[in-house]
Amino acid sequence: MSAHSENSSLSAKLHQATEVKSAKCYQCGKCSAGCPLSTEMEYPPSVIMRMLQTEDLKNDRKILKSQTIWVCVSCEMCLSRCPMEIDIPKVMDFMRQKSIAEGLSNPKSKNIIRFHKAFLDSIKYTGRLHEISLVADYKMRSMHLTQDVMMVPKMLSRGKLPILPEIIKDKKKVSGFFKKSEHTNF
Amino acid sequence: MQKKIGYYPGCSLEGSAREYNESVQTLAKAFDVTLEQVPDWNCCGATAAHNLNKVLSFALPARILANAEKAGMENILVPCAACYNRLSMVQHELGKNESLRNEVNAIIEADLKCNLKILNIIQFIQMFISDFVGDKQQLLFNKKVACYYGCLLVRPNDVLGFDRAEDPQMMDEVMKSLGADTIDWPFKTECCGAGLSVSRTDIVGNLSGRIVKEAADRGAEAIIVACPMCHSNLDMRRPAIEKAIGEKIDIPVIYISQAIDMALGKTQKETGINRHFVPVNIELKKKEAEPQVVIEKTEEK
Amino acid sequence: MARIGVFICHCGENISATVDCEKVAKVASEFPGVAVSVDYKYMCSDPGQNLVKEAIIEHKLTGVVVSACSPRMHEPTFRNACAEAGLNPFLCEMANIREHCSWVHEKGDATTQKAIDIVRTLVEKVKRNEALAPIYVPISKTAVVIGGGVAGIQAALDIADAGHKVVMVEREPSIGGHMSQLSETFPTLDCSQCILTPRMVDVARHPNITLYTYAEIESVDGSIGNFNVKIRLKSKSLDEKVCTGCGACIQKCPVKKIPSEFEQGLGMRTAIYVPFPQAVPNKPVIDRKNCTYYIKGKCKVCEIVCPTKAIRFDQEDSFVEVQAGALLLATGFDVLKTSAFPEYGYGKYKDVIDGLQFERLASASGPTKGEIRRPSDGQIPKKIVFIACAGSRDPAKGREYCSKICCMYTAKHAMLYKHKVHEGTPYIFYMDIRATGKMYEEFVRRAIEEDEVKYIRGRVSQVYEKNGKLIVRGVDTLLMGQPVEIEADMVVLATAGIANQGSEELAQKLHVSYDKHKFFSEAHPKLKPVETNTAGIFLAGACQSTKDIPETVAAASGAAAKVVGLFSNDMLKRDPLIAIVKKSPPPVYSSCTGCFMCIQVCPYQAIDKEEIKDRNGNIIKTISHINPGLCQGCGTCVAFCKSKSIDILGYNHDQVYAEVSALLNE
Repeated sequence: MSAHSENSSLSAKLHQATEVKSAKCYQCGKCSAGCPLSTEMEYPPSVIMRMLQTEDLKNDRKILKSQTIWVCVSCEMCLSRCPMEIDIPKVMDFMRQKSIAEGLSNPKSKNIIRFHKAFLDSIKYTGRLHEISLVADYKMRSMHLTQDVMMVPKMLSRGKLPILPEIIKDKKKVSGFFKKSEHTNF
Repeated sequence: MQKKIGYYPGCSLEGSAREYNESVQTLAKAFDVTLEQVPDWNCCGATAAHNLNKVLSFALPARILANAEKAGMENILVPCAACYNRLSMVQHELGKNESLRNEVNAIIEADLKCNLKILNIIQFIQMFISDFVGDKQQLLFNKKVACYYGCLLVRPNDVLGFDRAEDPQMMDEVMKSLGADTIDWPFKTECCGAGLSVSRTDIVGNLSGRIVKEAADRGAEAIIVACPMCHSNLDMRRPAIEKAIGEKIDIPVIYISQAIDMALGKTQKETGINRHFVPVNIELKKKEAEPQVVIEKTEEK
Repeated sequence: MARIGVFICHCGENISATVDCEKVAKVASEFPGVAVSVDYKYMCSDPGQNLVKEAIIEHKLTGVVVSACSPRMHEPTFRNACAEAGLNPFLCEMANIREHCSWVHEKGDATTQKAIDIVRTLVEKVKRNEALAPIYVPISKTAVVIGGGVAGIQAALDIADAGHKVVMVEREPSIGGHMSQLSETFPTLDCSQCILTPRMVDVARHPNITLYTYAEIESVDGSIGNFNVKIRLKSKSLDEKVCTGCGACIQKCPVKKIPSEFEQGLGMRTAIYVPFPQAVPNKPVIDRKNCTYYIKGKCKVCEIVCPTKAIRFDQEDSFVEVQAGALLLATGFDVLKTSAFPEYGYGKYKDVIDGLQFERLASASGPTKGEIRRPSDGQIPKKIVFIACAGSRDPAKGREYCSKICCMYTAKHAMLYKHKVHEGTPYIFYMDIRATGKMYEEFVRRAIEEDEVKYIRGRVSQVYEKNGKLIVRGVDTLLMGQPVEIEADMVVLATAGIANQGSEELAQKLHVSYDKHKFFSEAHPKLKPVETNTAGIFLAGACQSTKDIPETVAAASGAAAKVVGLFSNDMLKRDPLIAIVKKSPPPVYSSCTGCFMCIQVCPYQAIDKEEIKDRNGNIIKTISHINPGLCQGCGTCVAFCKSKSIDILGYNHDQVYAEVSALLNE
C-alpha cells in the first residue's frame, strides 16, 4: 500500500485521514440527487467520488481546485440518504483543508474562504464570535465594502449588533488552541 | 418545583439572534426553569472550524463540554441548532474514539468524560415545557404554520436521532398542541444555505427562496424554526429571496420558543418578535375555557 | 501385522506448491507399519486411483491413507477405489493436507512437517480401523412439499408424475403463490395466470398429491428417509367435503371492506372469502379476525345462505401426521415494505405503489380489470416514474444484495403501461440494468427502442405531492449529475425481494441453515444448489434467494429429481458411523450402568432401553440401546456417558486416542 507516501492518490490520503473509502461508492447518484447545492457545483458529490476513484492526479487536482468543495454547506443530506453510508461531508472537510494546505483553493470561492478565515480570526482574539468585527473584517478581505450596508442600520435598530465584543476570561487558552492547531494533526 | 439545566446560548444568540435568547429565557422563566450558563463559554467554531481546521473543530467544542462537565452539569440546553450539532458530534466522536479524545484532552488541558446530555430546543420543550403548558396558555395559535427543521437539528440521524430524518414531526407536535394547523410539506429538512449567508448571498436567496415560497404556496401563515441560521436566512435575507423567486412574500419566521411565548400571552419585548425584519403580524385568538368533555361509553364496534 | 499404504497427492500445485510431497512420502514410508508410500500429481485421476488399487493387491494392504484434500471432497472416491480392490472401504482414511495445510500456510519446512504430522495421525488411526458394513434403512416414499407457489407446484408435479406420493402444505387458502398475482411475464409477455392455473388444477387433481391449504408445519422429527411431519390444518370454519364452492356465502357476507392480500390492498374482500376466482381449492375460508360472528357473536349470514350447510363455526384446528422420506422447501419470498424509505412517500401518498401492486393493476383479473388507473382517483396516469433498486443494493436502509428480478419486471411494467396507455410516458430511474437471462437484454432494448421507455441513469432523492401531482426529484448521472424533476401521476417502487415471513422459524423447526437475510442456505453454492445441509431436505425457488420464474422452475425440477433419486431405492444406504453401546461377555454383559443420561441428551430420539435376560426370562440388567436407523452419529451420547460405554463406529476411543498420541509423541 502506498497510503503513506507523498505521491499517493488523494483517495488513499482521504482513506488514511478519515477512513472513508471512495471505492465503496457505486455511483448511484443519490447524493447528487438530493444535494441542494449541486447546481452550484461544477462537480456534484457523486462526480467527486468518481474522480477520487480514478486515482488520477489530474482529477485529484481538479477536486482540490473546484468550487464544489467550498459551496458545500455540510447539510449532510447526502450522508443521510447514501445507501452505502459514505460520509461525504467528511470528504468535503478533508478536501477543503487539503486544498488550502496545497494552495489550490478556487479563486471564485475566495470569498467563502475569506469569510471562514475572518470567522476563525474573530474567535481567536476574543473566544467568541463578534459579528460586527467579523463582517468588517470580511469586507476588508473581500473588498465588498458596500455589501449588506443596507442591513446594518436595521440590525442596529433591532439590537441585533452589539458594538462591543464579548470577551471570555480565558481567551489566552482559546487562542492557544490556534497555535497548537498549527503543529497538530489528527 | 425548581428545575435547573445547563445553558449554552452560543454567539449568535448574543448578537443577531438575541431575540431567540430572549424568548428562551422568557420561556424558562415562565416554567420555573433556571438556565445556568456554561462558565466562560467560547464559540463552538461553527462551520468555519470544520471547514478549515480539524483540530479547532474539535478543540473549541471540547472546551465548552469540559467547562460544563467541570461545573457539574448533567444536561445542557443548546438552542442554536448549529452549536447543538457541533457539540453533539464532537461529544459523540470523542466518546467512541479514545485516542482522539486523549489528543484533544491534551490540547484543551482537560479530562473529558463525554457523558453530557445535550438537548436541543425541542427536546428541552418536551422535557420541561409541554406537559406544563395547560392553563398557562392564554392564546390559541390558531394559524396554519410550516415547521421548518433545517439540516443541523436532524442530521446525522444516527447520532442526533431525536426525530426521524425524513419528514420529522416533533416540532409539528408542539405547534399542534398550541392549536396550530401544521402543513405537510416536503422541504422540512432542505437546506437554507446556512453559512453562505454573507459570502454567497445569491445561493442563500435561491435555497431559502424555494423554502419560503413552498411554505407560502401551501398556505402557511408563519414558518416555525429552531435555528438562528435558518432564521437569519429566511427572515433577514428576504430581499435576496425576493430577488431569487421574483415575488414578494411577507410570511413571518418565528422561533418555536417565541411561538410558545406568544401563546402564553407574552409581550413583544418578552418574545423578541419586535426584532424581526419581517414583521410578525399575527393575531392569536383568546383561548376559551375548555368545555367539559363527557366521555360516553360507546359500545365497542 | 498392519500393512498400510500411504498415497500423497500433489493436487496439481495446490499441495505441492507449499508442501514437499516427495519428502512427505519418503518420511511416511518409514512409519511403523507402512508397507508402501508414494506421491503422485493427481491421485484422484484414473491412473492415481489405479496406483492405490494395484498397491492394495500387490502389498496386501490392510489399510490406506490418502493424503490429499478434504474428506468432504474425495473420501467417497477413494473408498470406492479400495472396495473395487477388495479392501473394506472403511479401512481407507483421508489425511487432509490441502485445506488444513497447503492452502493455509506459506511454503516452507514447517508446512511440510505439518503435512507429515497429519499423515502420521491418520496412519495410527487406520491401523486401528475395523471393517464396517453400511447400514440400510427403509425409505418412506412420500415427499412433503412446503409451499404451493410455482416452485412447489412444479416440484410436486414432477415427483408425483414419477409415481411417488406428495403431500403439499400451503399456508394461504389457495395455492398459486406470487406467480398467480402477476400480470404478464417477461421476456415473452405471456399471461402468468394462463400458464399457472392449469398447473394448479393439475396439483389438485393428481392422484398422487394430497393438498393441504390453510395449513402450516407444526413440527418435524426423524431424518432422511423417515421424517415424521406434523401438519396443523388451520380451521377454515367450513366442511370442505360438503361445500360446493357455489359462492353464495361470499356474496352475502356483510363485511366487505377488508383489504385483499391477493390484490395487495388495492381491492377489497369479504370475511368469508376465496383469495381470487381461480383459487385452488376454490372453497372459501372464514377470516376470523374480521368476521362479525367471531368479533361480536352474531351474524351467521353465511350459515343461513349456505345451500349445503357447510359452515362450521366451532371447527377447531386439527392435525395430520405424515411419514415422509424427503422434505422440499418452496416457501417463496416477500417484498420489502418501503416504510424504510420515507423520502419516496410510500404509505403516505396513495399513488406511490410497489411493483407487486402494479402487477395487480396491470392484471386482467385485477381491481381495475387490467386498466392502469391510479389508486387515489382512478385517473389514467400520463406519466409514471418507476424507481429501481428501492431497497436492493442498499446496506444502509434495505438489503445489500441485488434482488435480481426487478430490472426485468420494471422494464416489463413500463412496457405494459405503454401498451395500455399509448400517450403515456414511463420513466425508469436505474443504477445498472441487469438483464442476464435468455432474451432478457433484447427485452430491455425493446422497451427502450420500440416502446420509448425513458431510462434515466441515476437516483431519486425525494418524491412529494403538489397540486395533485407527484414531484419526483432525481439526478441524471450520465449528464454529470444534472438534476431532473418530473411531475408524475404515479410512482412505482421496485422494492427488494426479501425472505418470506416465518422463514426463520421454519428453518429452526427443520434444522435447516439460513443466511443473515433469512433465506435458506444451499448445501454447496455450486454443486449442491437444491440440497440443504440437512440430508433429505431439499429447497427450490425464491426461499433460497430471489429468483425469476424460469430459474425457480428449473430449481424445482432439480430438487424434484433429487427426491425421485432418493426414492428410487427401497432402502437407504448409510455410512455405519453410528453410536453403539459396547457389550462384553457375561457376567458383565456391558459396562453401561443404566443411568440413561444418553436417552435424555440424544437430539434424534435414537436411544431406548434394552433388557438383558437370562434363559428363564429374568431381567439381569437394563442398558441403553441405540437404534441404528435413527442414530446420526453426532456423538453427544459419547460425551455424556460416564462409564465410557458408548463408542462411535469408525471413531472409537482407541482410534481417536491413537491419533492424538501420534501428534504428541512424535
